Amino acid sequence: MTYLAKPKLLRADAPRNAVGYTRRDYEGAISTLCAGCGHDSISAAVVQACFDLDIEPHRVAKLSGIGCSSKTPDYFLGASHGFNTTHGRMPSVLTGAALANRDLIYLGVSGDGDSASIGIAQFAHAMRRGVNMTYICENNGVYGLTKGQFSATADKGSKSKRGVVNNDTPIDLVALALQLGASYVARSFSGDKEQLIPLIKGALRHRGPAFIDVISPCVTFNNHAGSTKSYDYVREHNDAVNRLDFILPRDKIEASYPAGSLRRIVQHDGSILHLRKLDTDYDPSDRVGAMNHLQERQALGEIVTGLLYVDSGAVDLHRHLNTVEKPLNQLGDAYLCPGSKALDALNASLR
Amino acid sequence: MNPTKIGGHEYFHKVVDCQWACPAHTPVPEYIRLIAAGRYSDAYMINWRSNVFPGILGRVCDRPCEPACRRGRVESEPVAICRLKRVAADLKDDIRDSLPRPARRNGKRIACVGAGPASLTVARDLAVLGYQVTVFDNGAAPGGMMRSQIPKFRLPDEVIDEECAYIVDLGVETRYNQWVGSLRDLLAEGWDAVFVGTGAPRGRDAPITGRQEAAKHIHIGIDWLANVAFGHTSRISRRVIVLGGGNTAMDCCRSARRLGGEDVKVIVRSGFEEMKASPWEKEEAIHEGIPILNMRVPKEFRHDNGKLTGVLFEIVRAEYDAKGRRSLIPTGEPDEFHECDEVLVAIGQENAFPWIEKDLGLEFDKWDMPVLNEKTLQSTLPKVFFGGDAALGPKNIITAAAQGHEAAISIDLFCRGKKLDDRLPPEFNLVSQKMGIHEWSYDNQVSEEERKKVPVKALEKTLKDIKLELEMGFDPLMACSEAERCLNCDVQTVFSGKLCIECDACVDICPTECITFTANGEEDELRGRLKAPARNRDQALYVSDALKTSRVMVKDENVCLHCGMCAERCPTGAWDMQKFFLQCAEAGAEAKRT
Repeated sequence: MTYLAKPKLLRADAPRNAVGYTRRDYEGAISTLCAGCGHDSISAAVVQACFDLDIEPHRVAKLSGIGCSSKTPDYFLGASHGFNTTHGRMPSVLTGAALANRDLIYLGVSGDGDSASIGIAQFAHAMRRGVNMTYICENNGVYGLTKGQFSATADKGSKSKRGVVNNDTPIDLVALALQLGASYVARSFSGDKEQLIPLIKGALRHRGPAFIDVISPCVTFNNHAGSTKSYDYVREHNDAVNRLDFILPRDKIEASYPAGSLRRIVQHDGSILHLRKLDTDYDPSDRVGAMNHLQERQALGEIVTGLLYVDSGAVDLHRHLNTVEKPLNQLGDAYLCPGSKALDALNASLR
Repeated sequence: MNPTKIGGHEYFHKVVDCQWACPAHTPVPEYIRLIAAGRYSDAYMINWRSNVFPGILGRVCDRPCEPACRRGRVESEPVAICRLKRVAADLKDDIRDSLPRPARRNGKRIACVGAGPASLTVARDLAVLGYQVTVFDNGAAPGGMMRSQIPKFRLPDEVIDEECAYIVDLGVETRYNQWVGSLRDLLAEGWDAVFVGTGAPRGRDAPITGRQEAAKHIHIGIDWLANVAFGHTSRISRRVIVLGGGNTAMDCCRSARRLGGEDVKVIVRSGFEEMKASPWEKEEAIHEGIPILNMRVPKEFRHDNGKLTGVLFEIVRAEYDAKGRRSLIPTGEPDEFHECDEVLVAIGQENAFPWIEKDLGLEFDKWDMPVLNEKTLQSTLPKVFFGGDAALGPKNIITAAAQGHEAAISIDLFCRGKKLDDRLPPEFNLVSQKMGIHEWSYDNQVSEEERKKVPVKALEKTLKDIKLELEMGFDPLMACSEAERCLNCDVQTVFSGKLCIECDACVDICPTECITFTANGEEDELRGRLKAPARNRDQALYVSDALKTSRVMVKDENVCLHCGMCAERCPTGAWDMQKFFLQCAEAGAEAKRT
């Protein structure tokens, strides 16, 4: 953590994106997290992704719950809409906001405690309902704010900083998300922005529930030998199935790829996901295969990362409910409250 | 790229752009911090050791440090380094007790010819060591061209008197009003070494039609300035044209404006941008209502029976050949005639050594300049050394002081019978500034203030009195605010890869995106794929050894604010902020035993 605000001085050649902003314009307040926290890297990745996608900050709504992870929306996109909900309740508040105004880009930020313990029901239902959102879980396996007790995602057999061994079975949020119907599922590592940034970009441009589990070492309580969520452990056991290049429709594709090594997925808005295969047998459109692969590798002690599953033709909650296209705040009173005659007619039709 | 060698002094010295650019390598950020802390005397002494004339240079230095200042690359204007130096001189206490005491006389006698900045620097450095130094000058007081050519409204005599006295009071013998007419005679007096610091005393003339006929109304700039300085000239005609585009031309036109010149113009051959005068001197001339007309080559002095009526100019444009050499091509437009009553010719200065006999064994090159070893400044006559404008051509005061130091080192080695190449490297030190988790012993909050303008006296007043100093200098509050603009480039970001866990915290926090962790590569290619491409090739890349993931840390020094945020965010202390202090070795310095 730092006390001083970041100096406003910019390099003269600081690039601006298509909507005229510099990368610094996507930053928020100075972080109060511990120095070296993985969460700060994720914040930086969100900043970079939004800058690259030419997103206007005020077109984003960022929502979070409680915890170290849920503090982070204060540290990026300072000019966006924000809502800090009660513990674990980010998904339902976000669902409500998304139903009221589908024009905004919804970014939910949560942690392993907020999502896998107190908020696990909320997480599950947001996924199965198909809320159009990007759900980032900043997963460090411990309760950092309360001094490092194991969280529900801590691996069985891993050791706490004080030497206590965890005997409980971990919840794998990626496996849950796959099972519950998320249409874009990925796992990444806060220490690997090259992998993480394109995954966030793809998620922000995906229509439907996009879930990214980001392993994010807690430098203070979970970065020791015996931890399975430390920088060293994750780097050693990282098993990436693919590398994603996110390509906007306007971009030229410059790199060439050897035949068979690339999978090209066009999302509904025309953006392209170029998946460079690292595991040639892996098929990211096969949900059951993805679940199997995940289980197999996990049993070997490996951490599977990359874009694990994507359904580019997914349908979201708005389609299911057949909601009105316009945001509610633009509809006007007469439309939102058509009066007693309309109510009488509706009641009569149901009699 | 190979890992950056940060062990010696070269790498970190270059990061301190101002100190690197200063010919005397003054530790600029150190004295600026002392000014911010109100320790003016300490700031003055740091300057005094490096550049000898802080009060003088704080007013009239050519400031090579300011164009180099990193602040100018992250904001529009550099720190007002030069004027801060003046603050140290203006606000200091009596510093005489801090001056070194001369060692016991060692019996060696040194003659310095000329009492300008180079000679006085030699005198100071050697007098302290116990040498008997004698300074000869044809003027009545020390200072050389600082006294004779720089107008008093820029540099009052009191400042020159004070700073020259610090040197003379070290026991330097002075022989004023004495013209050294023969080097042979001088050498016959049995000096152990002779230092020549006679400057570039001859102003270049403009030998065009009408020069002879109208000679009474045409003056050589530096001679005219000297006459003004010593009170021999106190008036000039109403309409004056100054030929030339250097700082002497600026001094001429501004002096003319104060001596009755109402319609004063500067007319220069080159383009406005390429003029040799410092940008701020041009600004000041324009501020005083003096137009600068460029791209005009003087062709003829027109006169009416010896009475000058004006100057005829040919209008040209600049063309550059493949090698970037400029030639001025007439545009074909009709020549322009500018009326005037007097002309000041300030188109350059030349060296002249009529007093050095050609058969002494002291060689001169084809430009009539002494053949010197550029490092030691020794001539082909081993006993004779040169410095300042007399050595390698006209430059400026700070270069003269720097050369004076080098010559003093050479003379000391020579008198002790040692090899002149046996020079010591600079002394330097690198110390962590960490005081606590978020505390540093320097103010790491980056000021967002803009450059302060030095308050000046009203033009109506200053244009009437040529001796009235125009600038008033910063007051303590302005000085502090300006000093805070300094980015503390000497507080270095030192990286130790062994401690790094590659968490990216430094990359994410860096306000100017200097830091990247990436695969190593060749410099050109690496510069292109950093988080922010490093396009300024004059600025180094700091590259670490390979880290655990086999990547390297690459830092582009170009726009680092030295705010220390990388070090504050580093969980393992892999980054540390360490103050780099460097001072050039002085004459008489002994190698430290380690």
